[in-house]
Amino acid sequence: MDPFLLEALVNGVLLGGVFALPVLGLNLVFGVVDVIWLCYAELVMVGMYAVWFLYTQAGWPLPLAFAACLPFVAALGVLLHVLVVRPLLRAPPINQVLATGGVLFVLQGVATLVFSTDFRSLGVEMPPMEVGEVFVSGTKLAAFLAALAGAAALWAFLKFTYVGTAIRAIARDREVMPLMGVDPRRIYLITSAVGGTLAGFAACLLVVQLDVHPFVGLSFGPITFMICVMGGLGNMLGGFLAAFLMGLIVSVGGFWWNTEMSYVVAFVFFIAVMFLRPQGLFAR
Amino acid sequence: MTAREILLALPVLAALACLPLLGPPDYFMHLAITALLIALACTGWALMGRFGLVSFGHGAFLGIAAYSMALLWNLAGLTPWIGLPLGVALAALAAALLGWPAFRLRVVGHYFALVTLAAGEIVRILVTATRSVTGGSLGMTPNQAPPGEALAAMQLGKAGFWWLALLAWAGGLLAWRLLDRSMTSKALAAVAEDEDAAASIGIRVAREKLKVTLLSAAFAGLAGGLMAQYRMYLNPETLAGLGISLQIVFGALAGGMYSLIGPTIGALFTIGLDETLRVAFGTQFIGAAPLIYGLLLVLFVLFLPRGIAGLLERRPRRAPAAARAAPAEAAAVPAADPPRA
Repeated sequence: MDPFLLEALVNGVLLGGVFALPVLGLNLVFGVVDVIWLCYAELVMVGMYAVWFLYTQAGWPLPLAFAACLPFVAALGVLLHVLVVRPLLRAPPINQVLATGGVLFVLQGVATLVFSTDFRSLGVEMPPMEVGEVFVSGTKLAAFLAALAGAAALWAFLKFTYVGTAIRAIARDREVMPLMGVDPRRIYLITSAVGGTLAGFAACLLVVQLDVHPFVGLSFGPITFMICVMGGLGNMLGGFLAAFLMGLIVSVGGFWWNTEMSYVVAFVFFIAVMFLRPQGLFAR
Repeated sequence: MTAREILLALPVLAALACLPLLGPPDYFMHLAITALLIALACTGWALMGRFGLVSFGHGAFLGIAAYSMALLWNLAGLTPWIGLPLGVALAALAAALLGWPAFRLRVVGHYFALVTLAAGEIVRILVTATRSVTGGSLGMTPNQAPPGEALAAMQLGKAGFWWLALLAWAGGLLAWRLLDRSMTSKALAAVAEDEDAAASIGIRVAREKLKVTLLSAAFAGLAGGLMAQYRMYLNPETLAGLGISLQIVFGALAGGMYSLIGPTIGALFTIGLDETLRVAFGTQFIGAAPLIYGLLLVLFVLFLPRGIAGLLERRPRRAPAAARAAPAEAAAVPAADPPRA
């Protein structure tokens, strides 16, 4: 096999790992609260700035900066839910999406005001590793493994804890669960916190690979939504698999044509999937 | 269109048409033309948006029409007077290619919004990727017409463009009014309430939706082409993609998408806001503008979901918010026994 193609495949899988975390977080909120957080990628962006600031400006050690990022973005998620999403739970979907779209602009504006539009880099790089004929970026591999660990932790939380079970139940049937003694307000709040935590986690993994700037969210935001829908709403496993599929399409498409055209291919593929399997690729 | 409405509309249009004769400053005319073209795009968006067909990709139609027109002029020397209608037709064709399968296969709600979002991004990336022809993200400039042929190449002064924009905008409002009086509008209102029920009484759901989508895309395309021709500059960021698409949606929503004049009010509001922020903050606090913009968007959705025009209504005749609320409103149901953590 052509080593460059092989490298593109490996990079596709690694890229899928990067997409997977925000997709899981978005999917969770979407599936449970039934609201699209259009500003999800911007929450990740804010988290990236938090890590960058704590590490390079405040001089914190990197693991501590990572650890601080998670509760910070989780708190942002809760704030978003309480201030914007909760008052709109009864509003038509377009109003919900537009309100979170407004938050997108707010976060971009705040980031621009505080940090300017300069590209900020963490300046951390792990040496590339040679596996067989393929060079793999150490940073990307580490991020990929961390993403897998994060996904596993989320799965365990949803599967084995009482709250996790309640979250899954609410996603399954919103009308009956309140009668069974599950308080949806509380579950929505917890889900928003978990969604925020996942955004914070994604921020930690992205900040070592990408430069931060106020509009960085636009580079992975749209594709995250598409992956989420492609996998099937509320279907965490489907979203997870779709993330890798999209990662492969983008990476191999970039190998055959160029990066831009590979995104066109990915978006066309998304539209085709919506037409042919609107319930999601991996729906049961 | 009743005789009374025509009697009311004609003097207003005539008065507006006289605006350049008063000799207003160039800056004012520039804002007025820009506002009118944005108003046309917002009106076009609201044509379908008010029936629950939410598009996050109207930038695609602006871009398709504008770039077809400009490329035909630069590469083939075809005058925009022909190129613009061609571009508008192409935008409508794109809407049909996207809309027909989407409506036939019942891609609705969030899903439809995301499909259109993908379409808008596709156009933006394609324009950027074909940079050898379109200039990519650096943008492109239509060739200057040879002296004496400016009119034939639609390269007009401020007054000329004001009249052109006014005509296009009035066309958009006329289409809205005619649509309001048609069976299509009644059918779509029914579809927006309950698609299955509408289909069961014999409404051809996909066909009715397609009609209004084509109309909407055509007016968005018209607005895009005129914007490009007026500015004599095309850029994928301002004519395609998520940014401009959201801006159009905000205009329509802020003004109020359920009334004829609402999207226009919204366009005036956004242009006024943009300019005020630009004058107030200049380049000193870049970032303040999107911040206030986003904040207002949130506040509008929270407290004024029917837009500014909604304030002018005596009483909301229909309340789509209440009618279409998901049955999921469990939040209102008090829980008997909160779960253990």
